[in-house]
Amino acid sequence: MSDYNFAYLDEQTKRMIRRAILKGLAVPGYQVPFASREMPMPYGWGTGGVQVSAATLTPEDRFKVIDQGADDTTNAVSIRKFFERTAGVEVTEETEAATIIQTRHRIPEAPLSEDQILVYQVPIPEPLRFLEPRETETRKMHSLEEYGLMHVKLYEDISQHGAIATAYAYPVKVEGRYVMDPSPIPKFDNPKLADCPAIQLFGAGREQRIYALPPYSDVVSLDFEDHPFEASKADHPCDLCGARDSYLDEVITDDRGGRMFVCSDTDYCRTRQAQGHLGAQLAAKQEGAA
Amino acid sequence: MIELDDVSKTFTLHNQGGAVIPVMERAGLRVARGECVALTGKSGAGKSTLMRMIYGNYLAASGRIVVGDVDVAAATPREILDLRRHTLGYVSQFLRVVPRVPTLDVVAEPLLALGHGRAEALERAGTLLTRLNIPERLWQLSPTTFSGGEQQRVNIARGFAHDYPALLLDEPTASLDAMNRETVLCLVEEAKVGGAAIVGIFHDESARARVCDREIDVSGFTPGLT
Amino acid sequence: MTPLLQVRGITKYYGARLGCRDVAFDLYPGEVMGIVGESGSGKSTLLGCLAGQLEPDAGEVLFDTRADGPRDTLAMSEPERRMLSRTDWAFVHQHARDGLRMGVSAGGNVGERLMAVGARHYGDIRSQATDWLGRVEIPDDRIDDRPTAFSGGMQQRLQIARNLVTGPRLVFMDEPTGGLDVSVQARLLDLLRGLVREMGLSAIIVTHDLAVVRLLADRLMVMKDGHVVESGLTDQVLDDPQHGYTQLLVSSVLQV
Repeated sequence: MSDYNFAYLDEQTKRMIRRAILKGLAVPGYQVPFASREMPMPYGWGTGGVQVSAATLTPEDRFKVIDQGADDTTNAVSIRKFFERTAGVEVTEETEAATIIQTRHRIPEAPLSEDQILVYQVPIPEPLRFLEPRETETRKMHSLEEYGLMHVKLYEDISQHGAIATAYAYPVKVEGRYVMDPSPIPKFDNPKLADCPAIQLFGAGREQRIYALPPYSDVVSLDFEDHPFEASKADHPCDLCGARDSYLDEVITDDRGGRMFVCSDTDYCRTRQAQGHLGAQLAAKQEGAA
Repeated sequence: MIELDDVSKTFTLHNQGGAVIPVMERAGLRVARGECVALTGKSGAGKSTLMRMIYGNYLAASGRIVVGDVDVAAATPREILDLRRHTLGYVSQFLRVVPRVPTLDVVAEPLLALGHGRAEALERAGTLLTRLNIPERLWQLSPTTFSGGEQQRVNIARGFAHDYPALLLDEPTASLDAMNRETVLCLVEEAKVGGAAIVGIFHDESARARVCDREIDVSGFTPGLT
Repeated sequence: MTPLLQVRGITKYYGARLGCRDVAFDLYPGEVMGIVGESGSGKSTLLGCLAGQLEPDAGEVLFDTRADGPRDTLAMSEPERRMLSRTDWAFVHQHARDGLRMGVSAGGNVGERLMAVGARHYGDIRSQATDWLGRVEIPDDRIDDRPTAFSGGMQQRLQIARNLVTGPRLVFMDEPTGGLDVSVQARLLDLLRGLVREMGLSAIIVTHDLAVVRLLADRLMVMKDGHVVESGLTDQVLDDPQHGYTQLLVSSVLQV
C-alpha cells in the first residue's frame, strides 16, 4: 500500500463527488456542477473520469480502463497504473471481469451487467455549447426544455452534407427530458446507452460537471422523421477476428495504401480470436507462416 | 351623411411663444347622400383645413363632425381608421405611398385592406387606371417616379377604388388635361348616382358648376374675415 | 372586440433615473402602433418592458392569449413567456446580428422557430423555410448560405422571415429600418406593410424616423423624457401635432 489516501482523493472530496453523482443519478442527464480538483495529470487526459472513478472505487473493485476501446494506450495504461498504485485495486482488461470501467470515447462491445459501472471521460459536457456560447443561456434552455437549437445543428448537417454528418458526440434525449452529450463516443455506440443494465457516469474535469444515466434509462438519439438516426460503422468485417458487429478502426499498414479494419475494442477482438474466430488478414498471415 | 355643427379649429404654436391662431369658427355643413357640395373661398380661407378636419387629419377644437354614425371630432383613432377604411374616402393633392410599390398595388390597396380578393382588387385597379389613361406599361412601376399629372390620376384611381359612401376631393381636376378631366368628372357623377355624399374643392369653375349641387363659402367660418 | 394587447401603467426606473412612466394603451388585432421619440426618450425601454425583456417596476401588459384570453404577461412564469415569444410574438431587432444566428445558414435560421415548437420533419421544415425566404425576396439558392454572406437589407429580411415563420400575432420592432440604405428601407417597408396586411399582424414599431411611421403605423405615440406626450392617429399627430415637443420634432424633419 502507498501513503496516498485510498484512490488518491481525500474522503471529503470523494463525498462531495459522490453527492454530485447521486444527484446526477436522481436527475438523469442533468449536468451537476462539482468542485473539480487538481489531479496529477493534465486536463484533457481524463481528470473528470478519474475523479468519478476515485469516488466510486472500493477496495473490492476490479478496474478496467479503455481509451478508444483499447486497454494498451498510454492514457489507459497510466490511469490504470494510477489506481493500482493509489487504491491498490485489482485491474483487468476483460470487460466481463471488471466492476468499474473508465472509458474514453467508446462503450465496450460486450454487454454490460447490473454489477458494473461505466465511467466516461467528457471534454465538453454541454451539447448546446457550439450553438450557444453563453452558459447562462444554455442553463435556461435546459431548465425550460428549449431544445429547438439542437435540431438546428442536425438541420445544418443535412443541408450541408445531405445526411446527419455528426458521427460522434451525437446528442441524445434522456428520459424524455434532458438533452445530453454522450461524450465523444461514435454514434455507433449510442444505442448501447439506452436500457443499459450498468450505471453510466460522466465526468468533465475542466468543465466541472458530472452527469449520469441510471440503469435501464430511456435514451433517444435526436433525429428527424425523414432522416432517422443511424448507428453507422465501417462496412467491413474485422480483419483480425472477423467480427461484423463491432466498431472498427481503420489502420494504415504501409506507405502503399495498405490498410486494415480492426475492432477498436481490443478485449472484444482478443476474446473472439481466442474463441477461434479469424479475420481475413490474420488468416492470410497464418497461412503464409504455415 | 356628412354633418358639421359649430366646428372650430385653432393652431397653438408652442415653439413660437405659444401663439394661438384661430383658423375656423362655427363651421356648419350638411351633405346628403348623392349630393356634392363645393367648398369655396379664396386661398387661405380654410377649405383644405376643413376637409382635413372631416377626414380626422386635423383635430377639431370643438363641435361635431359626423360622418355616417361616427363623430370624427370625438372618435378614437381606431374608429376613425375603421371609418376611413369602409366609409370615408379622400383624394388629396399629394400622393403618399411607400416607394417601389407598383402603381397597380397602390390603387388596389384600399380594396385589399377591406379584405377583397387580390385578383378582384387588381382587376378593379386596372379598370380605373385604364379609364384614367395610365398606360399599362407603367402599372408595375412605382408612381413616385411619375409626373405630377400622372400621380394625381393614380391618387384619384385609389380614391375611387372602393365605393365610399362619403368622399372628400381636394382639387381632383387640377393639372389634368381635358380628356382626363372629363373622366374624373364622370367618376364623380357616377359616385353621386351611387349615393355618395361628396365634399369637394374645385378651382375649376365649370367643373364645379357641373358636378356640385351647392357651394359653401368657408370665408364665413374664418375668424376675422367676416 | 378584445384588444390584443392592453398596456396599463408601465413604469420602469433604472435606479433613480426614469426609463418610462405610466404608459398605457390598447392595441387591437391588425393595428400597427408607432412609438417615436429621440434617444433616451424611453421608447426602447418601453418596448423591452412590453416584450418581456425588461421587468417594469409597475404596470400590466395583458395579452389576449389563444388559450385563456387576456393574461398579464408580466405575471406569467418564464417558460410561459418564452413560449409566447417563440410562437405568438416576434421581435425584430435593429441590428440583424442580434436577431439572427450568424453561424447558422439562412434555412436553419428560419427553421429554428419551427423546430423550437416541435417540427421534426426535415423536408417540411426546409420547404417552409424556402417559402419564407421567397416571401421576403431572398433567392432560394441562398438558403444554405450564412447570413454573414448577406447584405444588410437581406439580413434584415431574413430576420423578419425567421420571426414570422410561426405565424405570430404581435410583432415588436426596434428601428427595423435603421442603418439601412434608403432604397433598401423602401423595399423593407413595402414588405412589412404587405405582411402586416396579409397576416393580419399587430405590430409595435419603435423608431425615430417619422417617415417610417407615417407609412407603416396606424397610430402613433410620441415619447419624451420617459413620458408619452402625445398620441393619436399617425397622420393627425404628424400633420396637426398638439404638443410642443411633437411640433418641434415634426418641424425639424428635413424636407427633400
